[in-house]
Amino acid sequence: MTYKQRIDGRGFDETRPIEAEVGIIPRADGSAMFKIGNTWAYAAVYGPRNLHPKFLQDPQRGILRCNYNMMPFSSSGERVRPGGSRRSKEISLVTEKALFPVLNLEEYPNSVVDVFIELPQTEAGSRCAGICAASMALADAGLEMKDLVSAVSVGKVGDKLLVDLDYSEESYADGPVADIPIAIMPNSDKITLLQMDGEVNKEELLKLLEMGKKVCRQIYELQKKALKEKYHEADG
Amino acid sequence: MSKNKMPQILAKDKEISVPGETLAIGMDVLPGVGTYRDKEKIIANRLGLVVIEGVTIKLYPLSGRYLPKSGDTIICKVIDVGFNGWRLDTNSAYSAMLSMKDATSDFIARGANLTQYYDLGDYIVCKIVNVTSQKLVDVTMKGPGLRKLKGGRVIEVNTNKVPRIIGKQGSMVVMIKEITGCYIVVGQNGFIWIDGDPNNELLAVQAIRKIERESHLSGLTDKIKEYLENNVKIKNDLQTKN
Amino acid sequence: MHRELRSHIIKLLSADTRLDGRKSTEYRKPIEVKYGIVKTAEGSARVRIGETDVIVGIKMEVGEPYPDTPDEGTIIVGAELLPLSNPEFELGPPGIQAIELARVVDRGIRESKAISFKKLCVEPGKKVWMLLIDICTLNDAGNLFDASSLAALAALRDAKYPEFDGEKIDYKEKTNKKLPLEKLPIAVTVAKIGSEFIVDPDIDEERAIDSRLTVSSIDDGTLCALQKGGDYPLTLEDITQMVEIGIQKAKELRKFL
Repeated sequence: MTYKQRIDGRGFDETRPIEAEVGIIPRADGSAMFKIGNTWAYAAVYGPRNLHPKFLQDPQRGILRCNYNMMPFSSSGERVRPGGSRRSKEISLVTEKALFPVLNLEEYPNSVVDVFIELPQTEAGSRCAGICAASMALADAGLEMKDLVSAVSVGKVGDKLLVDLDYSEESYADGPVADIPIAIMPNSDKITLLQMDGEVNKEELLKLLEMGKKVCRQIYELQKKALKEKYHEADG
Repeated sequence: MSKNKMPQILAKDKEISVPGETLAIGMDVLPGVGTYRDKEKIIANRLGLVVIEGVTIKLYPLSGRYLPKSGDTIICKVIDVGFNGWRLDTNSAYSAMLSMKDATSDFIARGANLTQYYDLGDYIVCKIVNVTSQKLVDVTMKGPGLRKLKGGRVIEVNTNKVPRIIGKQGSMVVMIKEITGCYIVVGQNGFIWIDGDPNNELLAVQAIRKIERESHLSGLTDKIKEYLENNVKIKNDLQTKN
Repeated sequence: MHRELRSHIIKLLSADTRLDGRKSTEYRKPIEVKYGIVKTAEGSARVRIGETDVIVGIKMEVGEPYPDTPDEGTIIVGAELLPLSNPEFELGPPGIQAIELARVVDRGIRESKAISFKKLCVEPGKKVWMLLIDICTLNDAGNLFDASSLAALAALRDAKYPEFDGEKIDYKEKTNKKLPLEKLPIAVTVAKIGSEFIVDPDIDEERAIDSRLTVSSIDDGTLCALQKGGDYPLTLEDITQMVEIGIQKAKELRKFL
């Protein structure tokens, strides 16, 4: 089946409109908001801070702890029961793995950097939005980071390869679908998150990763801008 | 290879830089604090303000929690009282220990009730004497200016702005003290104690917040002086009207 | 543990000022109410009081009524003190602070009859509308009670019924039909410290106060809910004054809706 045109009229290599803002949660050590289409994520960073119980401590470096959570009213269907699910726990894990490679926490043994990601509204691409928000929040918190992390989903809908699948594309019923969230370190093109649901062949996958890298670099420019804007605002 | 390529400095002095940004290209440029070298490129290792000093590029941090350093004078809150000493909140990921022998020049008998010296919730000015690799922190209260703080209030500021709040050789904080008439003690860890007449105390707090926001602007000392003098004047005018 | 802070605040109050320079009956600024910010919710609102920032979202479901009220729908209020919003909040199921917050907001709405539950009935004994009101804190800078109550009310005002064909709800289609909101109950938290009363305690003041009274009232000043908190008792005199302050300030806050 051919997927001729995207339902919202976007190009196949175009993301939904993006908004990013840094420093929106004053109590946190670092915070950011990232919105892509109708998917909206907040991230707050607390740390490095005290870590208990002791057995979790790493005497060589601080540890990173991520928690991804959807607010009860964030789904376009029924209410989501608070308290997380197996899905949200897995997303918390892959989020942590996506962010850890850029961080250097060796100056902070036995401590923890906590990242909390909350989504008031989700419509596909939520884990990637969370990672984009979290990476800005970590930088805002003044942590040592080789690079930011930018993330987006790429995939195949029908016969077309495209980026940033929205809800209708994820649930496309007239042909095969592959949903591939990826996260990269934009200045070295190294991949820190890669998951896949669906069917693609190897050539398509490699092409999709190239498309994803390109889009992530665009997202990086927006993340950079949001970070600089917060600090420039203080410029009287 | 006969000649080194001319170094390119891409970042501008006093520009905000973001992790991963390339600040300069070339082997003759040196990576200062907050940056690292990746082959030919010098890359930002954190969010910070670019400072170019000769051939060195460094990043001045704008955010980030306090990391205890030996020699720092800090303000701590007592969070636990034990048999031999006190445990203190240093406004960082690491608490500090104040042992009996370092607590005061008075003699403390064994088994004495330590809360009569420093009790839970008390704020004290102390000096860090040692930080181990595992970040165990020891402090002392023996030394000039080190004491328990009574009255007033303690506010928390961005620890990276403390040098600006203190000023060159203390010039900024001394000026605030003089104009507002408040007692002020600035801890390297971002805790600041202020005590004075209610309106002036608030003015001192507002001035400090202003320094926090505008720390990277030049001519700040004059701006703060003007701000303080204008606002003290307003309050005095109101009082004389009454 | 907060004796020093408490004495200091009392000293400031005797000079008619507070830690941030406010007067005793002043709310922080700005106070902002934004409607309909969450598209996936049937109703939503975000309220900011100073730096305290709260989002409330409402999801609507159709279910069986309680056996003792077969012709009435209902509200179910939940609150999450998200660890995002305060370094002292931990992950996990709602603790007692979250439960108190949810129940206080619930009482304000329920006891004022802000929504006529009978109007939420679809088929007596079989189908009624249930309004699931969820409070999520974004930044806790003190006084979550007032911000959450205001946000819950604003979300109710914003809410629209989803399409319901009698059997199934289609959440993707919203109708233009609003909820039968008949009253506007506003919660005002008044705190006592020493012998002084302050409204809208911020995060520092909350640690040092002796006790608090959250007063919910409707436009004509009728009280609909009260909640006393804190470790110290209140005299009848205190309560009279605090209730009076609560009713007056509610009139001011209501204007922000």
